[in-house]
Amino acid sequence: MKNFLALLLTLFLGFLIVATLGNNNFFPAYGDVDVTTRVSQKYIDRNVNGGSEEVIYGQATNLESGPANTITAIVADYRSFDTLGEVTVLFVSSLGVALLLGGAKQKRLELNFKPNFMLKVGSRALFGIILMTGVYIAIHGHLTPGGGFPGGTMIASSVLLLYLADDEFRAKLKGFKMLESAAGSAYVLIGLAGLIFGGYFLVNLLDNGVLGNLLSAGMIPIIYVLIGLKVGSEISGIIDNFLTEEGV
Amino acid sequence: MLQYAAIVLIMLGLYGLLTQRNIIKIIISLNILEIGLNLFIVSVGFVTDGLAPIFTSINNSNHLLFVDPLPQALVLTAIVIGVGTTALGLALAKKIYQKYGTFEIDEMGEE
Repeated sequence: MKNFLALLLTLFLGFLIVATLGNNNFFPAYGDVDVTTRVSQKYIDRNVNGGSEEVIYGQATNLESGPANTITAIVADYRSFDTLGEVTVLFVSSLGVALLLGGAKQKRLELNFKPNFMLKVGSRALFGIILMTGVYIAIHGHLTPGGGFPGGTMIASSVLLLYLADDEFRAKLKGFKMLESAAGSAYVLIGLAGLIFGGYFLVNLLDNGVLGNLLSAGMIPIIYVLIGLKVGSEISGIIDNFLTEEGV
Repeated sequence: MLQYAAIVLIMLGLYGLLTQRNIIKIIISLNILEIGLNLFIVSVGFVTDGLAPIFTSINNSNHLLFVDPLPQALVLTAIVIGVGTTALGLALAKKIYQKYGTFEIDEMGEE
């Protein structure tokens, strides 16, 4: 009976969504979106504050926002304050996990099998490759798909690989915590520097350079690498908390 | 079509949240709901034949037809917050398992 009521409620919700959005003039059909009528076109043209420069890859200089990746321009430049809040949410969540599962005396959870020599050595070799890929993705966040969040998650996944392949491995949590707080504080300090020298929080103080170069977009690669380090160390801390238990 | 698939995922997730009595299954339902919502938000910005909104040496001008970048940026935020809530939920589930020895809500509190 209860399941039937839940089914009815779910179907009603689905009907409501479809009926509301089906013949709505303000909600275009799938694929028929006209981006030029939306605010997003201003992000693509990099002219939120007016001005209509041509944006050409490899030539445009001194744009309003420097990254070749428009999504990075939104996440780390136009809405950077929002991203600061998002990083804070992740920080609070990792703090909550540490509060629930962490403790003074921790030991590793025992694996069901004994990892052999080949597994340990092979995982060490793969660890480097995955870590380098994560760092690459974080550094190239303003040019290619990816950025600080996926890159940080890949860094954490390389740590997870070591945890799963070796039953005695434990990361140096203190280092992760220091890295995390240093990266988070640096993000806020960059924002405050913008407030003092540029007039508003998180303003881009450095030169934007040529669109598409690795050393372009001013502060945005720095901010994204900081985000990558912070996310990577936070999720690595969460992994450590899950794979340890209280004991001797 | 993608939007209907996303709506079906949202409904599935909600149904799971309402009916399941196992903590792990509740967390999985929450994730399905969240994936459906994320897919739906991304699909709002899709343009037929649109390019990914990244300037490269091939797609090198802002006069080309790009898909809407704003929903993608918002979903990036939503994914990260989803990871945070899932981690916190799983931590609570682990604590509950340590105390009661089960994930089933109905079997708890009998000690």
